[in-house]
Amino acid sequence: MTSIAKPLVRHKQSRTNALGLTIRDYEGGMSTLCAGCGHDSVTAALIQAAWELDLEPHRVGKMSGIGCSSKTTAYFMKQSHGFNSVHGRMPSVTSGAAAANRTLTYIGISGDGDSLSIGLGQLSHAIRRNVNMLYVLENNGVYGLTKGQFSASADVGSKSKKGEANEQSPIDPVLLALTLGATFVARSFSGDKKQLVPILKAGLKHKGFGLVDVISPCVSFNDHEGSTKSYAFTREHEVEVVHTDFVPLRREITMPETEEDVAVVQMHDGVSLRMRSTSEQYDPTSRDSAYAHVRACQARGEIATGLLFVDESGRDMHDMLNTPPTPLVEVPFERLCPGRDELEALMERYR
Amino acid sequence: MAATDVSDPRYYHKVVDCQWACPAHTNVPGYLRLIAQGRYDDSYLLNRESNVFPGILGRTCDRPCEPACRRARVEEKPVAICRLKRVAADLRGDITDRLPKAPAQKNGKRIALVGAGPASLTVANDLLPLGYDVTIYEKNAQPGGLMRVNIPAFRLPAPVLDEECGYIIDMGATMKYGTSVDSMKALLDEEYDAVFVGSGAPKGKELDIPGRWDAPAQVHIGIEWLANVHFGHVEKIEPRVLIIGVGNTAMDCCRSAKRLGATDVTVVARRGRQHFKASPWELEDAEEELIDIIENHSPRRIVVEDGVLVGMEFDRLEWSVDAKGKQRSTVIETVIIPCDAVILAIGQDNAFPWIERDIGIEFGDWDMPVVDKVTHQSSRAGVFFGGDAAWGPENIIWAVAHGHQAAISIHAHCQGTPIDERPPVGMTLVSAKVGMHSWAYRNDYESALRAKMQHEALTKRFENIGIEVELGYTPAQAATEVQRCLNCDIQTHFTAPLCIECDACVDVCPTNCLTITTNHSPIDELRQRLMAPADNLSQEIYVSDALPQTKRVMVKDEDVCLHCGLCAERCPTAAWDMRTFDLKLPYAGQVSR
Repeated sequence: MTSIAKPLVRHKQSRTNALGLTIRDYEGGMSTLCAGCGHDSVTAALIQAAWELDLEPHRVGKMSGIGCSSKTTAYFMKQSHGFNSVHGRMPSVTSGAAAANRTLTYIGISGDGDSLSIGLGQLSHAIRRNVNMLYVLENNGVYGLTKGQFSASADVGSKSKKGEANEQSPIDPVLLALTLGATFVARSFSGDKKQLVPILKAGLKHKGFGLVDVISPCVSFNDHEGSTKSYAFTREHEVEVVHTDFVPLRREITMPETEEDVAVVQMHDGVSLRMRSTSEQYDPTSRDSAYAHVRACQARGEIATGLLFVDESGRDMHDMLNTPPTPLVEVPFERLCPGRDELEALMERYR
Repeated sequence: MAATDVSDPRYYHKVVDCQWACPAHTNVPGYLRLIAQGRYDDSYLLNRESNVFPGILGRTCDRPCEPACRRARVEEKPVAICRLKRVAADLRGDITDRLPKAPAQKNGKRIALVGAGPASLTVANDLLPLGYDVTIYEKNAQPGGLMRVNIPAFRLPAPVLDEECGYIIDMGATMKYGTSVDSMKALLDEEYDAVFVGSGAPKGKELDIPGRWDAPAQVHIGIEWLANVHFGHVEKIEPRVLIIGVGNTAMDCCRSAKRLGATDVTVVARRGRQHFKASPWELEDAEEELIDIIENHSPRRIVVEDGVLVGMEFDRLEWSVDAKGKQRSTVIETVIIPCDAVILAIGQDNAFPWIERDIGIEFGDWDMPVVDKVTHQSSRAGVFFGGDAAWGPENIIWAVAHGHQAAISIHAHCQGTPIDERPPVGMTLVSAKVGMHSWAYRNDYESALRAKMQHEALTKRFENIGIEVELGYTPAQAATEVQRCLNCDIQTHFTAPLCIECDACVDVCPTNCLTITTNHSPIDELRQRLMAPADNLSQEIYVSDALPQTKRVMVKDEDVCLHCGLCAERCPTAAWDMRTFDLKLPYAGQVSR
């Protein structure tokens, strides 16, 4: 929360992207979240990712539900479309939007409460359908908007601000997504934009459901000693298992060839990812390897981060449903709504 | 990179660009905020502490602060600092009871000041309250020096000058008007405890070209002519006038000529416009009065026919840069510009025919006295120089700065302490936080462009040379203009141990001043690794101590910081705080005030 809007003065050397926009053109309204909230850093990372990808703001749909996390969509890309839906129902609303118009880029922002408690069913089925969207789960382990009760992602033993330890076992969105067949699964940290921005860019370019679980500390209710989702704890226990470089289309790859194993993953529209595992046993293109490694890290008390699993060959919702490519908005009204007679004729077939 | 030491007052002082650029280091943002609050008296007095003549300087200052103003790096034009100074002076009430007073009990030391210009008056201003017996020798009948006789009344009305000189003199200076000092030896024989020479650079430069002496009545020396206009010895000038030179004196000459009956006034410069010495606003004001300014003309001779000056011949030059980067000129053609009078305004020289050369005051190059740059003392102990008399022509504000330093030296000299041990500069740094998201200053950015000064109508201003051209800002204009100030003295102060590296400040900074990064490279490389490249090398880079969690550092490029305080508002741990910086300048007799 700040007392003034961000002055519309920009650095004289600020660069423009291919659309002629500066990074500040991708900003939104002024955040009313607490000072130091991880979500504001996620916002900044999204702004940077969208700017670097030359996303046209008017071709983006920002989708959210309820919670601190779900306020985020108001704080970036003010020229974009947006839908602030019912609590936990963002995945379903986005599924509908994507069904109606597959030409927009969908960015869904949710939190651990919105996604893992009230919206767990919605999330699961959006993963199964493989809705083409970037799904950012801002994960802080507490219900910040209702003053810091444990959420479903709180680790066993993690302490509340009052000092009570959580006893219920957590739902890990990464493991959940891997079991449900997600084709893009990543975990990152709001305090590490170097890692987060390339992952968000990759997620935006991924065809299908891209889950990015972002540890995004709650400064007001979960940044104390004993919390396993604080800035300090995350920094101490974060282990980057896959380092990802995002290689844009039409850019010469100037990175030196290394002895290390670099997995190059070609994305659907020509861009590519160069993924370098920091552990020998890890293969980010193998679901089983990813699952086992994340579990092993967990057992050691480590937080595995990076683009943990990617499969670019998956079929998304439209492929599976075999829907026509034309968005409904471009279908002429007479065809979209053929009239009472056509409806009567259709109804007759079922009588 | 070692962490930046912000406990050294110089670091934060340099962030306040205007105050850093001002020779007298006037607390500009401080007095602008007081104007914004309508506290004109307080603003005037804060201003007066350092620059002594807010009303005079609010009209005539050469404004070294304005080109330095950060606002000009953020948008196009700097804050109109100088004219806002005038607003405080114009709108103030009676402040006489708040001025420094001389004590009834004198300290027994007698000081002589030569010349009653800005340098001497500043010395008197600083020494009288300490109980010194100050005697000022002035060849004219009124105080002010160059401010009175060389600055035309349409720029500086006499009442303004009288009032501000009076504030000092009325403390009890002994004024010897109409008394020119003809012998330093004789003055020293009067056994003053110290002598200060603030006699200016009173001699206009001569141009010895053919024809110069063939019609002497039609050729004038700029500053002498201005003085004659002031004293009423000159009341009119011929219709067609050429002004040679393009400094601020030339501007005063051409505009005065217009008021004395000249119809065609042309200013002729040897070089191109980018080399003009006159301040841009003075050039603008002259051109507004339909004065022609001609570039690249070098004087050859004055054309006199039958004892009457009829024109002046010039070489028209073309300038080029040679292999060594030096400017070279070639003559393209020779032209004669017809005219009836010529005013030479090509500079001023010092003249010390009255200082004997065998009394221990050493003279060096160009027959100038050898004066210590810090203490202002000559090679004879107890004799000090300041203002234009010290190192040649400068602006009024420099004379004021010299006066303050000389006063410190004179005080030390008289008290028997070493004059080269200068009192230290101090500072106070106090949090500007007054509530949840509430600061002791207005932190929102005012997007208005620089206010335009109201001028007297062209049809009216030539009626009388005393009609002031600049009318001052309206209260509404002033109210908006003060908010254009970015409050650079409200410093972004960082406490590294409190930082949790959440990136909030980096994300919210509108001008990308902040970066959290590793501290592994030299400064040049670091400057390029920031959120926005820090290419303005005249601006400092702040580097913090290592941050607690990752041992990275917080880096701030001071260049285009708006001092909007958003970093501090977004900081969850108050690692960033906005703190009001107040530079504590030492003055004579005080450690700091």
